[in-house]
Amino acid sequence: MDIFLQQIINGLVQGSIYALVALGYTMVYGIMGLINFAHGEVVMIGTLVTITVAGSLIKAGMPVALAGLAGVSASVLVCMALGWGLERIAYRPLRNAPRLTPLITAIGMSIVLQNLAMMIWGRNYLTFPPLLPKMDFEFAGANFTAIQVIIVLVSAATMGGLLLLVYRTKLGMAMRATAQNPAVASLMGVNINRVIAAAFVIGSALGALAGVMVGGYYEIAHYQMGFMLGLKAFTAAVLGGIGNLGGAMLGGILLGIIEALGAGYIGDLTGGFLGSHYQDIFAFIVLIVVLMFKPSGLFGEKTGDRA
Amino acid sequence: MSKWLNPRSAFGIALIAVALLGLPFVAAMGGQAWVRILDFAILYVFLALGLNIVVGFAGLLDLGYIAFYAVGAYTWALLASPHFGLHLPIWVILPIGAGLACFAGVLLGSPTLKLRGDYLAIVTLGFGEIVRIFMNNLNAPVNITNGPQGITLIDPVAFGDFRFSGTSQLFGLSVSGPIKYYYLLVALAILVIVINLRLQHSRIGRAWQAIREDEIAAKAVGINTRNIKLLAFAMGASFGGIAGGVFAAMQGFVSPESFSLMESIMILAMVVLGGMGHIPGVILGAVLLSILPEVLRYGVGPAQMALFGKMLVDPESLRMLVFGLALVLVMRFKPAGLWPSPERKRELQEAGQ
Repeated sequence: MDIFLQQIINGLVQGSIYALVALGYTMVYGIMGLINFAHGEVVMIGTLVTITVAGSLIKAGMPVALAGLAGVSASVLVCMALGWGLERIAYRPLRNAPRLTPLITAIGMSIVLQNLAMMIWGRNYLTFPPLLPKMDFEFAGANFTAIQVIIVLVSAATMGGLLLLVYRTKLGMAMRATAQNPAVASLMGVNINRVIAAAFVIGSALGALAGVMVGGYYEIAHYQMGFMLGLKAFTAAVLGGIGNLGGAMLGGILLGIIEALGAGYIGDLTGGFLGSHYQDIFAFIVLIVVLMFKPSGLFGEKTGDRA
Repeated sequence: MSKWLNPRSAFGIALIAVALLGLPFVAAMGGQAWVRILDFAILYVFLALGLNIVVGFAGLLDLGYIAFYAVGAYTWALLASPHFGLHLPIWVILPIGAGLACFAGVLLGSPTLKLRGDYLAIVTLGFGEIVRIFMNNLNAPVNITNGPQGITLIDPVAFGDFRFSGTSQLFGLSVSGPIKYYYLLVALAILVIVINLRLQHSRIGRAWQAIREDEIAAKAVGINTRNIKLLAFAMGASFGGIAGGVFAAMQGFVSPESFSLMESIMILAMVVLGGMGHIPGVILGAVLLSILPEVLRYGVGPAQMALFGKMLVDPESLRMLVFGLALVLVMRFKPAGLWPSPERKRELQEAGQ
């Protein structure tokens, strides 16, 4: 039983990170119908910027808390600029192009960002500076650390903030209008270009936060880390029903928990035939099974076939 | 088909044939490495045309195409290597490989083809990852795929006593292994081009096109959309399987690393960048995208030395950076691909006005 609880906690932490990244995918998809394949790289750059800024500030003698704050702010700002730039360079010129064209530019940008990061930060694994004191808690036989608590709390707060933004502000209303019908929204005076840029910028800021969390959680980072993370997060977004904010959050947390439980129990379930290194396939198997029965994801709207 | 008979196109075809025949010997002057690059370019033409059936003709976005290639490659590797001590002939392995890949395509396609657009894309992507992860891990408790180390010493393609590896004397010329594979691959590529051309305007091809343009309307005029889509999937998968087999034999080595998601994406990029659904465009895309990184590999380092006198940045990452930028720029200025079909170009122009 304690393994069960432990894996639920681990899954919740991992799932919160997936959820934050998934929101970036789903916001862009909801508004433009585009898979932003470069989003995982944005997350990766968020982690690496934090490492550089916070690491060098700590080395310069700045208090850890302050250096950490500076690192996080720097990474959020860099990623927001990056998201804005991505939209301007790779997606805006192609808004009326065939559907698969922006997919290829997204892949191109992903390759560019990954190699740029390799040039700047090198090929090796980097260690994430210890920004938080190491503290362990125990609850009903399961252990968890301060960083795990903070990841879950910060993600929850961020997602709450995003929901407020989308459902209670004018920009949010404009975003929802654009998602429903861009042409009509623009007739109502919504500046579509601004709304789309905002979706990219906000999504990238969430990605940066997720990047900081991943770095703090695993304590290492690498220029290729964005790819698999992005893939899982995108899977989470589709699982929840892509384009749906709540779906992305729940999909992310669900995926994290399924993976953790799967990794914890697969050995016992298959009599030791399959081990925990099969962890990565759960995400995809669950996805395929869910989509077989609910073709637009768990919480996705049923869109009728249009002729 | 009568236009094929006019003398000008006959002359054109003869010219292309001569160029194709002579090309490997020209490339060999720059070293066997260039012949191998050519081999891979043609292998990618084969793969891209296979994927073109799924993506270009039927309009189904498949991001896991490499899985079928992997199935074909591992089939060859397991049936013709010391790993299990089996050395079956090509006549047995290739049909098995194509058949298994086809089966995998149907297995994946039958439950998921009702999904639309990007949902299908992510499911195929997931399937590709599942296949790769299994190949990476099926070395314990029973060693089937030998895990991340891969399988080595795979038999080359051989027809009877004639082996495609190593140098042999033919017609007074000494012909190296890569050159022999080149001709084999060209023959296969021509086969798949002919199949593509014949399919395109067949009853099935027109059904695919109808589905691509409007699935509901296609269903309404009596097309069995499910079966026709499944057929596209199965055919694309079989071609992937055959290409995989040849790949394994040519390399003599397979490992899960060759079948990453990035490979699927590359093949898709070839199809889209060249001009989706347009056979000459897809061939152009495949040749360009497979040769460009190699040209950059040889060009980027020396160019840096010439410009700055020293290596400023890692040439490996610089070449991929340039490659990524090239993808973005081509799509930015040629949204329909480098060589789209005339009809598609017209449609886009009309839509743009």
